[in-house]
Amino acid sequence: MAPAVCGMLLGLTLYTGHLCAVSAAAFLYHDYCVIGAGPSGLQAAYFLQRAGRDYVIFERSHAPGSFFALYPRHRKLISINKRYTGKSNSEFNLRHDWNSLLSHDRRLLFRRYSRDFFPDADAMVRYLEDFASLLKLRVQYNTAIVHVMLEKDRQAWNGHYFLLTDQDRQNYKCSSLLVATGTWVPNVVNFPGSEYVEGYETVSINPEDFAGQTVLILGRGNSAFETAENILGVTNFIHMVSRSRVRLSWATHYVGDLRAINNGLLDTYQLKSLDGLLEGDLEDLAIVKDKKGKLHITLRFYLENRNTSGGIDSITLPQDELDNFATRAPYDRVIRCLGWKFDFSIYNRSLRMMPGKGNKKKYPQIKPSYESRGTRGLFVLGTASHSVDFRKSAGGFIHGFRYTTRAVHRLLENRHHGVPWPSTVYPITQLTNSIIKRVNEASGLYQMFSVLADIILLRENATAFEYLEEYPVGVLAELEMQTGRKAPSGLFVIIMEYGRNFSGADKDVFYYNRAVGEAQHAWQSNFLHPVIYFYKHLPTEREMRLQHPDWPLPRPDAVHHIVEDFLTDWTAPNAHILPLRRFLENCLSTDLRNFFAESCFLFAFTHQKLPPFCRQGYMRLQGLVGSEGLRRHAVEAGLLEDYTLTDFLGDRTPDNHKGSQDRLLRDHMIPVRPLQHLVNAKDEL
Amino acid sequence: MSAQKDRWVSSFSFLLFCVSSIPTRGSARLLQELSPQEYFGSLQAGRASLAYFSHNGMYLTIENSAEALQDYGISVVKVICPKEDVSRYCGKENALRKAYLFRGNMLIREFPTDALFDVNSIVANVLFALLFNEVKYVETLADLQNIENALKGRSNMVFAYVPAIGTAEHRAVMEAAFVYGTVHQFVLTTEATLLKDTGYPDVSSARLLFCHCQRATDLAQPCRRTAMGQALTMLNIHKHLKLMGAPLVTEVAEDPEKVSTVHLQLGLPLVFILSQKETYEADRRTAEFVAWQLLGKAGVALLSRYALRCFGGVPIKYLVLEDTDEVITLVEDKSKVEQIQEDEEEEEEEEEDEDEKENNNQVSRDKKRELPLEQILVLTEETFHSALLETARMVVLFYASWEAVSLAVLRSYTEVADHLKGTRGVLLSRVNCWDWPGVCTEENVTQFPTIKIYEKGERSVMYNGMWGTEELTSFIMLKIGTSFPSELSSYHHTSLLGVFSTATTREAFEEAGSILSGHVTMGMYFEDDALTLSRKYAVSPPAFLLARSGGQSVEGITLSKQNTQDMVQMIRYELLDIFPEITVQNLPRYLQLRKPFLIVFSDGDIGQIESKEMLKLTKGRPQQEFVACWLNLKKTPVGRGVLKAYFATMPSLPVLIWVNFHAGGQVFKFPSEQSITELNILSWLEKLKAGLEVPSTLSEEDWKPPLPAYDFLQMMETATPDPGGDTTTQEEPSQETKAEKIGSPGRDLRGTAPRLAAREKQGKRHSEL
Repeated sequence: MAPAVCGMLLGLTLYTGHLCAVSAAAFLYHDYCVIGAGPSGLQAAYFLQRAGRDYVIFERSHAPGSFFALYPRHRKLISINKRYTGKSNSEFNLRHDWNSLLSHDRRLLFRRYSRDFFPDADAMVRYLEDFASLLKLRVQYNTAIVHVMLEKDRQAWNGHYFLLTDQDRQNYKCSSLLVATGTWVPNVVNFPGSEYVEGYETVSINPEDFAGQTVLILGRGNSAFETAENILGVTNFIHMVSRSRVRLSWATHYVGDLRAINNGLLDTYQLKSLDGLLEGDLEDLAIVKDKKGKLHITLRFYLENRNTSGGIDSITLPQDELDNFATRAPYDRVIRCLGWKFDFSIYNRSLRMMPGKGNKKKYPQIKPSYESRGTRGLFVLGTASHSVDFRKSAGGFIHGFRYTTRAVHRLLENRHHGVPWPSTVYPITQLTNSIIKRVNEASGLYQMFSVLADIILLRENATAFEYLEEYPVGVLAELEMQTGRKAPSGLFVIIMEYGRNFSGADKDVFYYNRAVGEAQHAWQSNFLHPVIYFYKHLPTEREMRLQHPDWPLPRPDAVHHIVEDFLTDWTAPNAHILPLRRFLENCLSTDLRNFFAESCFLFAFTHQKLPPFCRQGYMRLQGLVGSEGLRRHAVEAGLLEDYTLTDFLGDRTPDNHKGSQDRLLRDHMIPVRPLQHLVNAKDEL
Repeated sequence: MSAQKDRWVSSFSFLLFCVSSIPTRGSARLLQELSPQEYFGSLQAGRASLAYFSHNGMYLTIENSAEALQDYGISVVKVICPKEDVSRYCGKENALRKAYLFRGNMLIREFPTDALFDVNSIVANVLFALLFNEVKYVETLADLQNIENALKGRSNMVFAYVPAIGTAEHRAVMEAAFVYGTVHQFVLTTEATLLKDTGYPDVSSARLLFCHCQRATDLAQPCRRTAMGQALTMLNIHKHLKLMGAPLVTEVAEDPEKVSTVHLQLGLPLVFILSQKETYEADRRTAEFVAWQLLGKAGVALLSRYALRCFGGVPIKYLVLEDTDEVITLVEDKSKVEQIQEDEEEEEEEEEDEDEKENNNQVSRDKKRELPLEQILVLTEETFHSALLETARMVVLFYASWEAVSLAVLRSYTEVADHLKGTRGVLLSRVNCWDWPGVCTEENVTQFPTIKIYEKGERSVMYNGMWGTEELTSFIMLKIGTSFPSELSSYHHTSLLGVFSTATTREAFEEAGSILSGHVTMGMYFEDDALTLSRKYAVSPPAFLLARSGGQSVEGITLSKQNTQDMVQMIRYELLDIFPEITVQNLPRYLQLRKPFLIVFSDGDIGQIESKEMLKLTKGRPQQEFVACWLNLKKTPVGRGVLKAYFATMPSLPVLIWVNFHAGGQVFKFPSEQSITELNILSWLEKLKAGLEVPSTLSEEDWKPPLPAYDFLQMMETATPDPGGDTTTQEEPSQETKAEKIGSPGRDLRGTAPRLAAREKQGKRHSEL
């Protein structure tokens, strides 16, 4: 099969090549072009293939995942590969599998590729190769797209076609362009003496090469610490310089910040074992090499003022004026570990691929729907799309963008093929259940917290609802247009959130009483927990723009927090399910309780209207009869009335009536604390 | 609680037993048959007997009352008159239509037999005659006041009003008088005006007042009265008199937990009033005041403060006494809930709510107790498909282990497994969708729980019946075509045979068969057999023959519909009985007809007469605009709940009711004094149509949320004021008070977790961060 396709492609290429000589207007056409066969490119291809779409991936290397063939240099991935969770729920288990891509093929789970909790990058390369080949994804290798431009055409999906040119001047024409190139251009800084700086890309990974050396590392991200970790044991000491303070992922709850596995240097710094961390702007820096080849840190300021001819001795060093200057000791090596940025160079100006602002300048500007701000029909996937949730959620990482990629695919299916966003319609009685099911197992909601949300669209009269999974919450206002579904009578938005003010580089995340245990204080939950927003009408664009910066969504008509849980198991009947049901009932102004058939029978005879559970169950001959034992128990507990017994005494025993009269009572009971130990245990959340 | 009830009941029956043990002479038959000589010879002084004279073995209602009267030492004798006898009792023709009450050999009263129409009237009349002195009959207010004045300072009076003599209420009063007649003076009246004069305008039902004349000293004032709130039954009267006899205020010095008063025994609340030595006198007065207000509803005990140690696990509520009214409202509110129907619903909700919780609790208990699940195969993502291939028929329950309804169904499912133990060709299994969401999604399971039956190589069928053991078992059995296990022999099934001459409608019928499979046994005849059958049952094909459950007859019905859906509809309609017994399980099927119900509530099986009359009523009119049906209160006890909702008290049974569920929700009660006959019903229905009867109506209330939810939005907004708004200047209440204030309406979401210590400190820390 594959060779045949290749042959055909070749033939076509020859044919167009011939035409090219006459006019440059001949192109190979595909509906979808994907640039890059990395994780997000392959993930997008998987969905396109399953939907039977015409697509192709261009990969400049000879194999998928070329970035992982090189990086991380020290080969240890910091995405966890948790093989055991004690649960068999495959969706739930994906929450703790940060490397697998989404597919129906169970062979393509990462735990089959590595036994390591922090796997080797080679395993990822193998995995991506298998993913492409087992699923027979159409990847065109050894094709580096060097230029992308637009061709205006009214007939085109987006009013224009994308014209792509590869290194061999072969041209391709696409209706939709999915950019999955990641961020692979190393960030560099230019300062006097930066020619002495080695890059992370090329630096030796053999610790022996660093024996007895003094090293300065620029940067304070995971690559910088990973590099330091590798040589920590053999160097004299390591200093690390960056513009801002170190950000620890366990304090910020952002996986892109410094992970605990790499933080050996923090230890040695704080224990005064010679290593150290410094803050300073790299732009002000200058490096001077002395005759012995040692590198001295000075400031650009001094270099600008010196007389030109002096040589090393004429240069002022900071310690000449300030004799206890921190980095006065000379270094043997300076290593740059400043991360990567998106490759903007291949896009024609007409595409207006603009870098983001501030700390997002390494990413192209995109909308919350992952579509480029400059060009309709151009979607950015994968790491390059991280500007949407930079330093917030997981959109820059496999375990996050596998879901955002699926979301983009669903948007495209609706936009170009009239396939509305997949949804399931349930009777209203399943409302609580469907939410509980999702918040307990859904991985997309959990990883892409505050970015992807499940949407419940209520049907008229609230007798049924439609459930949409993992919709990008940033384009909530455009829901009807983007999904092809209607929201006539209000909606619920289910997302996961950390507590406001809980996460941050300078936050103490271990303070006493950081965990909330009671449902009534759920809104103060700090750890990741489900939040349900209720809107009577779809929020407008304007409301989306004006939303409070601390809130992921505009002000709802009502909101409910399910209290955080130590086990992230939100199935407790009293603490989780009951308050949720009450919230839903009050939003819908109905009664969502479950009733035994016998109660429905009584209601049918004594009420003109029935509660939804009876209407949709019992009245359709699906009543909950309940086993004899269960009913007997319910009667004993005073929950169901036993009419044979009641009649005997003529009226009921009054001790079951707790209710309105309670407000008359002032409870003077001494509070008991039988569960003191448990209360304390909660602090370990 | 129920233990107390039992204790009380047994003490009461013991009392009855003492009374009844006097007259038994070891005769096996209660009703004696004697000749006149034997009878008059056997009369003992002081012994009462009721006799009727007869020339043959004619049966009278009196015989039924023998047992009841025996309890009061009255023997019932049937005297067989020899043919030639022309003596006083045997001779006269009209003497034979009377019953005679003797004490010793003295004739006390003769009753025309038509006054003794049922057991109630016999017992009431006989006791009324015997207790002539103990029960005074009054007609005017003056008579009543005279008796009352005479009793003042000496003994108490029980004043009863019954609308008619010989009713159940009358009997209850007389029976009470038999026991208490020597203690209290009983006064009876049937005069409605007299009751009105005493200050009770509602004269439609019987009433009983206890007049505290023993304590009364002021001759000018009428005695204090305590009306009985409940219906006049023997038990209620007994209970009431017992309460009236109890001391007004009980003084307690011991552990309150050990206190046992009549009130507690009868399941009524007991109010403790804590007292100290210094304030004893005042407290005693308060207690007495409260006790008078609560008389008959709750007891009052005065508890010395120093005796108070601890109340163990007893659910006792403390109330700081600012106003005695609070105590009274508290107790009375409780009892109101029982009486007012509306409130009852509310409370039902409360309970059901608990109910759901209970399901869950049950589950957690089950986790420890382990359901007997070994009969049920556990399937996983890996084993699901192979298991389906290995078994001819596989029943699969898809459920979620955290979901309450699922777990309730799982219990029934284990019972089904028990019933089907050893049945070949069918295997019960389950898939927990919380563990294996993939299978459930693949199998298109969108609701929990779902039951599907997979047949090897064939498509699966979703079970769409009631989630009960019986229904499910029978469905499976019908599916696999095995005979029923003996436990379910009561569960009959209808068989349906299609008779076809051509192939056109046959396919539709076959399809209808697959839709109805599991509910009806269906079969088909065609060609020669079809001709024979159609001749036999006088139908022309296409038609179907219907053999009803338990019935002997086979009906032939012409199949007028061509397409499957209509056919299913038609068959479903034909499957309905013409005069069905309504049960919890089948009600929805009859409600689907969207017609009013004409329903007989019967205590036990429906009487033959009623049944015959009702059948007559329905059979003549095939296109009825109502559903005639009946309900067996023994089998469907929840029917009592229905009656209680319609009428504050239980009406006498059987009772015929017209309920219009769909339009207006009117409820009419067929007059109890009329007998249920076709003619009576028809004329009554005419009256209903003409709007001559006043209906009560079913509650129109919407099903609103039973309790409020936490208003997190408000809590969040008060905690972090909107930067755009001007709420910043407003002083925030402290975290603690907010939590309390907001927490209180949702307090019923109780028991979620122990209260976090130092909550307010945390709040502060939040704002610092």
